[in-house]
Order: sequence, then C-alpha cells, then structure tokens
Amino acid sequence: MEATENTELKEVKREVVTPGEVIVSGKDYLPGDGTRREGDDIIASKFGLVDIGGRAVKVIPLSGTYMPRFGNVVIGIVTDVTFNGWLIDIKGPYSSFLPLVETPRFIKGDLKEFFDIGDMMACKIVGVKQKGVDLSIKFNGLGKLEEGIVIFINSNKVPRVIGKEGSMIKLIKDETNCEIIVGQNGVVWIRGDNLEDELRAKEAILFVVEKSFAIGLTEKVQEFLKERRAKK
Amino acid sequence: MAYTKRFDGRKFDEMRETEAKVGVIKNADGSAMFRFGETIAIAAVYGPKVMHPQHSQNPEKCVLRCNYDMLSFSVPERKKPGTSRRSQEISKVTEWALANVIDLEAFPSAVIDVHIQIMQANAGTRCAGINAAALALAHAGIPMKEMVSAVAVGKIDDKIVMDVDKEEEDYEDGEGATDIPMAFLSRSGKISLLQLDGKIQPSQLKEAIEMGQKACQQLYEIQKQALKASVMEEK
Amino acid sequence: MEISKLMKKRIADNLKEGKRFDGRKLDEFRDIKIETGISVNAEGSARVTIGDTVVVAGVKMATSEPYTDHEDEGTLVTTAELLPISSPRYEPGPPKIEAVELARIIDRGIRESKFIDFKKLCIKKDEKVWSIFLDLYSINDAGSLIDACSLAAVAALMSAKLPVYDAETDTIKYGEYTKDPIPLTEKVCLNFTAYKVGKSLIFDPTREEEDSSEARLSVAMTRSKGKIYVNSLQRGEDEPLTPEEVLKILEMAEKKYEEVEEVVKKQIK
Repeated sequence: MEATENTELKEVKREVVTPGEVIVSGKDYLPGDGTRREGDDIIASKFGLVDIGGRAVKVIPLSGTYMPRFGNVVIGIVTDVTFNGWLIDIKGPYSSFLPLVETPRFIKGDLKEFFDIGDMMACKIVGVKQKGVDLSIKFNGLGKLEEGIVIFINSNKVPRVIGKEGSMIKLIKDETNCEIIVGQNGVVWIRGDNLEDELRAKEAILFVVEKSFAIGLTEKVQEFLKERRAKK
Repeated sequence: MAYTKRFDGRKFDEMRETEAKVGVIKNADGSAMFRFGETIAIAAVYGPKVMHPQHSQNPEKCVLRCNYDMLSFSVPERKKPGTSRRSQEISKVTEWALANVIDLEAFPSAVIDVHIQIMQANAGTRCAGINAAALALAHAGIPMKEMVSAVAVGKIDDKIVMDVDKEEEDYEDGEGATDIPMAFLSRSGKISLLQLDGKIQPSQLKEAIEMGQKACQQLYEIQKQALKASVMEEK
Repeated sequence: MEISKLMKKRIADNLKEGKRFDGRKLDEFRDIKIETGISVNAEGSARVTIGDTVVVAGVKMATSEPYTDHEDEGTLVTTAELLPISSPRYEPGPPKIEAVELARIIDRGIRESKFIDFKKLCIKKDEKVWSIFLDLYSINDAGSLIDACSLAAVAALMSAKLPVYDAETDTIKYGEYTKDPIPLTEKVCLNFTAYKVGKSLIFDPTREEEDSSEARLSVAMTRSKGKIYVNSLQRGEDEPLTPEEVLKILEMAEKKYEEVEEVVKKQIK
C-alpha cells in the first residue's frame, strides 16, 4: 500500500504504516518521530506515512490533534478573560494563555474592551509547559482577527497548504486576492473583498487538503482557481 | 445432543464474516466501525484534549475514558436507554484492554475519550467494540505501541469455537456454553482482555487461548487493511 | 471550538443578502438520504442523513395495559439521546434538556397528527394493547438534528412490522415477524424547524449556522384531504419572534411540505 507525495521535483513513494508494524530492520537506522526501536527493528508508533531520510526513520501522521510547538503561529478563540490575560482555545491537549505582558503596551485597564470571549486571535507560541501553553501577540501580523471567515482543517495538512517556502498559500492568496493566515493548529482565517473570493480560497485550501497526495498539485490548484473564477 | 456441527455451518475455528471501516463519524478525531456477522459496533475518539474539571487531571499521564453503550433497539428485547451495570463493567474492561498500548505519558493532564456504541447485537459485542475502538484510536493519530484485537472464543458443549454467536451463547445441552472474550496485543502477544463465564477445564482453556491467538492474528490483518484502505480513498 | 463572533456576524450579514456559505437558498435542505432496516433486531429502524448530519431511529414493540381513559388505544413512548460519538459537545450520562425536548417535539408531532392509528393497536380492550417504543439517536451532529430525527422517526414507523404475539401465553416472539405493519394513516407528519439568524429565517442550518442563531420555531405538519394542517409548534431559545416572522415560517414550511413528502415517498419502501 503506497501513497505518493510531491517533494520538490522528486516523486517520493511512501508506505502507509499502522501502530506496531515493523518499518525497517537494522542497527544503523535511527528512530525518529512516530517510531521507536525494539531490538533491531524500527516500529511504527502511529498511523501514517513512512519517511526515510538517510538513516533517520519517521512516520508522518495523517491525522491527530494539534501538538503545540514553540514558535508556531496559531489561531484560537478567547474563552475567558482574567485580571491579567486571556484564556484561548487553540485546540489540542493543553490550555493556552495570553498574558497581558505579551501584548502591545497600549493594552491596559479593562481587558474585555480589547479582546472578549468569542474573539479570534492569531498568536505565537512562546512557551510550552506541562501546565499549558503561553501565547504572545507581540509580533507583526498577530492580534485580534476582524471580518473574514474561519475554517478548520486537519493540522497535519498545514505544511501542504502552506507549501514549499509558502508557495502554495501565496498562489491561493494571489489568485483570490485574500489575506490568509494559516494557523499551525489547523485553524485558517481568510479575508477578502467579498464572500465569493473568501469561499473560493476556502475551496482551494480544502482541495489541497483532499488531494494532498497528488503529483503536480500546484498546477491542479491553479486550474481549480481559474475554473472557479470563470464561473463568477 | 452433542455439538458436532455449528448452527450456522461454520468450522470450529472460523469467524463470522467481518467488516472494518474507519472514518465513519466526521466530527470525531478518529472513528471506526467493526462487524462480526450481525454484531455491529461503532467507536469515536475525541482527544487528546484539555481535561475538565482541572482537579480530575492527572499530571503524570493522559486520562483514558471509555464509554460503552448499546442502542435500545440493538437487541431483540429492548434495552432501556441509559447505563446499566453491565455497560459500566464493559466500559472499564475495555479501558483496561486499550490503556496499556497507548502512550499516555505523551499527554500529561489531558484526556482521550473513547465512545463505543453497539448498533446491532448478536453476541461478541464487547469484542467488536474493542476492535472498533482500537481502530478509532489509530485513526485519530494517537501514538500506540501496537494494535489490540478481540474475539469471543467459546466452549459449546465440549467444543472450543471461534467467535461465539447468540444462538451458541444460549446453548444449554451437554456442558452448555462457556463464553470467553479475550483480546491480544498484536506485537507482544500479551492478553489485555480476558473474561469467562461457564465451566471449562484448565487444559481446554489452553486450547481456547490458542484459538483466540489464531483469531486475533486474522483480526489484526483486517484492522490494518481498514486503516490502509482509508488512505487509498484519499487519493 | 466554540463559534467565533466574527463567524456569527459573517453568517448573519450574508444571510441578509440571501447568501449561505454552501450556496443554498434560505429554505433549501441539504441532500436527504433515508435508509430503512438498518438494525435487524428492531421491529423498524431507519438512518437519515441530511448533509453531514446522521441520525438513527428504532422502533421496538411490547404489550402492556392501556392507560385509563384510553382503554382501547395503544401507546407511544419516544426517547432521544444526543450521543457523545456524534459531537464533542455531548457527554455520556442521562439525557440533558436538549435531548428531552427533542424527543417531546417529535412525539407531539406524531401524536397530534394522528399518524398512528392507536385504536388499531388494541389487542383486548381494558387489558392489552401494543406499546410502541420509538428511540432516536444522533450519530454525527452537523446541525438540524430535530428535522433529521423527525424524518427518521417517520421512516422507522413506516417500515416497521409487528412481531408475532402469542395471546395464549401472552408472550412476544421477538425475531419472528408478521407481515403486518404498524397501523398508520396517510397523515405523514413532517417537521420543519426554522432558525432565526440576525434578521433572516433559514431551514436546515449547518452546525455553524445553528450556533449563530438566536431562536427557532419547529412546525409539525400533515396533509389531510389535500389541505395542510399544523399539528404542533415549539418556539425555542432566547430571542422572541415577531408575529410576522411566525407567519413567514408557516408559509415557508407549507411550501416545503410537498417537496419533502416526495423525498419520503421515494426513499421509504
């Protein structure tokens, strides 16, 4: 059982594995993400695609909730406001908090006036501890999201949606004339001049997610967007 | 009358027709359906996610919550909606059957919810539930050391049989029916579910366990196929 | 994740212009699929899919003594459970008010429409009648559970067969069926729940549209001798409705009745 994925110009065949299956045998191999070593064998710990780069063996997950990582930009919803910050749901196993100190200096006083329950925020993860995740909006392009629409995708497909050096998402942004922020947690914000453009961008993103294994995906997405534009 | 031929004509070491499919519930992080003959179980996994209330969190590892239930009309005589002591017990042994293979230390303080619903019952429901749940956990991308497969082995009169159905469960002649649900881990071969009710000699129990191992090896292949088939669909 | 303020506003603003994210008209239903006989141990069962929403309904029969004042009529008990498998917002445990209300809405519609001929469910007056247990379950919640359950209930009832009843021993032989269906009339009860989002009224909301709504009105209708009758109403959630909105909803429901009745007739054998 194999699936193909387009990496640069090469076509890389990847095997699908399930938990407990032996991927390769040999003392030279190094167990990476999603794998473990048992004696001579490298065993899959997750359901996903095998990726062997030199001696490193890892499993690329096809599914699974988002695991917060330092430096990720994520989009979440404010669920509570405390005296010194905001509790934000970014999906995944940990609760996240945006402390007042990680926001621009002009924010003070009644915190609810700035960000309230139900607001969508683009944040950066600046700390991952057992107790929870620390967020910040002190960087460019972060903060409360206004207007636009929000969609949810499988967080494992985010790299594909962004593309090599952001090429895929840039294509979609340019073709639909939309601002788009793709949160590493699978939450995507799209803002365009009108709903039709926003929905076109949404459909293009869902197309990438659905056809993530296809070869020549960039061309297919270009075609997809052109077709949709012609329909208007 | 001695049990020389199975009611539905199966061989003694033959399971009913099985069916396994993942991704049956869109909202879930992982989901699956598993069928033994007329017994159908579906399972949905939500998590790992934040555990509420906070005081229930375990700072050392993820909490696994299993919840087994049956549709009222899944059985011939209607089962009143709501939990019963039976479903509570099955929920717990299911949790024990699965917890060991999940890397719970990877998500301290979080929770994984596994919900199992029996859509149609013809014996072997807890085993169908475990098979569906294990698939749903893998489908949800949760790190697992190995897979779990379960089957109800039985002793009908003096014959050890694979995958007991309702008619066999109700057998009363000769030595009657002994029901032995069991689950095996795919790689280590260890037993994570073992229950029994009936009457059986230890020597025959050995035979039953071997029957279970054989069945679960077959079930593991079926589960693997179901997971792999779902990826092919994406293409 | 909860629905965000920005999505709520976007949905409401676009509905004002008659636009829905999936391109449907305001009173348009997603694709409806009805399958019957989905659970072999039930006397009748059905699975209804509306878009991504999936629900199942099952009918089990039993015998009992009739209620006083209704000595020659069978009985109907309707329950509903919003299963935790269907959405992360539902927890295991006894049904919460959402499920209780849903069951009662479906029950009222069926009862008041006189869809079931309760008198024909009488086995022996004052002593023995058939009891129908109608149980509804959500399997995947993508909005519009009330209307999906209502269709599933109708489909399960229409496809049910009475089990064999041995009057001498007063036992039911479950698993053995007669060819007799549940005595039903031609008054097929259909439910239409309209949701108010901002200033717009829509049918069959997606989960996000439902979360953006402030009020709903469920209308159960049947057709008798060519005329359409309202058999029950239920207004729910916080926001009140204007009389004009109520009348508009009744108009929308009446218009949709024939279309959905066609779907039911075509898909239930």
